[in-house]
Amino acid sequence: MSIRENFVVPKRYNTIAFALMAVGILAIIGLYVTSGSKDDPKEQARFWASLLQNSVFFLLVVNASMFFICATTLAWGGWQMAFRRVPEAISAVVPVIGVICGAILLAIVFGDNHTIYHWTDTHHVAEDPILNHKKGFLNKGFFAAATVLTIVLWSVLGWKMRQLSRSLDARPLATVEERKKYIWNNTVWAAVYIVVFSLTVMSSIPWLWLMSIDAHWYSTMYSWYTFASSFVSGMALIALFVVFLKNNGYLEYTNNEHLHDIGKFMFAFSVFWTYLWFSQFMLIWYANIPEETIYFQPRAHGIYKGIFWLMFIINFIAPLLILMTRDAKRNYGTITFMALLIIFGHWLDFYQMVFPAVSPKKVPMILYDFGVALGFVGLIMFVTGRALSKAPLLAKNHPFVKESLIHHT
Amino acid sequence: MAVKKFVVGNFDDEAVLFPAVKKVRRAGYKIHDVFTPFPIHGLDKAMGLRDTSLHTAGFIYGISGTATAVGFITWALTIDWQINFGGKPFFSLPAWIPVTFELTVLFAAVGMVLTFCYLCQLAPFVKKDHFNPRSTDDTFVMALECTDKTSETEAMSFLQTIGAKEVKVEYKETGWWLGRYDKDTMRFQKKEADH
Repeated sequence: MSIRENFVVPKRYNTIAFALMAVGILAIIGLYVTSGSKDDPKEQARFWASLLQNSVFFLLVVNASMFFICATTLAWGGWQMAFRRVPEAISAVVPVIGVICGAILLAIVFGDNHTIYHWTDTHHVAEDPILNHKKGFLNKGFFAAATVLTIVLWSVLGWKMRQLSRSLDARPLATVEERKKYIWNNTVWAAVYIVVFSLTVMSSIPWLWLMSIDAHWYSTMYSWYTFASSFVSGMALIALFVVFLKNNGYLEYTNNEHLHDIGKFMFAFSVFWTYLWFSQFMLIWYANIPEETIYFQPRAHGIYKGIFWLMFIINFIAPLLILMTRDAKRNYGTITFMALLIIFGHWLDFYQMVFPAVSPKKVPMILYDFGVALGFVGLIMFVTGRALSKAPLLAKNHPFVKESLIHHT
Repeated sequence: MAVKKFVVGNFDDEAVLFPAVKKVRRAGYKIHDVFTPFPIHGLDKAMGLRDTSLHTAGFIYGISGTATAVGFITWALTIDWQINFGGKPFFSLPAWIPVTFELTVLFAAVGMVLTFCYLCQLAPFVKKDHFNPRSTDDTFVMALECTDKTSETEAMSFLQTIGAKEVKVEYKETGWWLGRYDKDTMRFQKKEADH
């Protein structure tokens, strides 16, 4: 069987990507005019919070692709080889959004406006015993260093994993020894990435970037919960690209068995997300200590109630009931619908992580933020499409590729 | 109970067994069952077995577990014996979620194990008839069910031509010990021939 090895970006695809990016830029301009350019620091913060929420969310989502690759590599899994170039291409977006996100974060931290990260206000910190206690961790220097180091490490290690994968395209491995060595090499680099990932996404980075918005409050579940959010959205994004390529006649060797497994990831990690979400919620609800419940007050009972419970329904009840059956996970339509719903749901999740602290009096006009999100979607489409077209869609010389072609669930 | 006649063939290779199963079904013989030492991916599909409904049963058990837990705790803590826990309302759903979850898993797991045993007709101290004890060790055993019109010599030579090593005719009394997979098998269809 002959296969279409190289993805050619359709004209319409790029047109849509550019249109979405234009929507994003218009939304950013609109936000700047309506709030970013105002004198009131609270209004300005609303503008920056939107950029913060969107850039952090989409950075974590595209970065989840590289986590998926490294986790499966580390487990010596072979089933994903048929479509592995898709998460590889998505992870190529990390440096691009990483630069944008890093710039936004540093601008917020080093700017004069302390509404979002009020621990950046040194006078305030000196009088505040709690923040004073935390200042070894929550200070501008540490934040900037950790942010830059994290984004650079994600980009460089992701680049290394992609290089390793592409290095085989022109150079098949002849002997078993060579193949073993290649797999070992891959395993070591994947392990390095996983260590970096666990020290960043799974622990420190969500504390710095998101939890420090509510600097007085803390939760040890927070990072895992953020990780689960970004990973399930990342799997949904992979599913969207796989379905898109299948519908356009690419990825001949990826079949329903692979889609079924991606669907299982979406289902399983939706439940995992709920588990973490509930673990965080229940302990705080049970203990009922004011300094802890203050986080859920505006979210579960206050003006963000609608978004909070809508997000819970979208992220837990919908995947649980809709993705439960085998047929649903093998159906392109259901998978596409659920992938879009899950990404939207976790975007809402990030929305309610960021905004209640920034805008406690009223829920900001969410359509602007949605417009900014569409801009990032366009950017992801464009860069991923470019990355997909640069390398063959099947890593045909990888030692595990046969395992994927005969994959059966 | 009635006595049925079976033509039984041994295969020693999976790669021979798969095409053999297809050829047997295409030729119109009825496969009673195929006994293998280990689970083989895709064999159920090749044999034309319908998808199991075990998962539907599991869902129903799970839902009944959820309903039992929520129902019982609600009755116990809001109607029968109200207790004030740290000033929380009597109906405190978040506190009940862990128990509800556990009971859902318990009902689903135990229910599915019992249903599985029923479907496969397994029970302690029950001996099932495998036609050939080596099917638990190193060979794949295929049993064809004969009707009045089946010529056993024809069936035996057919099995031999498609790769069976050892072919014999056996008479068995019908009953639960023979299993019931034959009732779930679908007729061979044209589109399967392409695979």
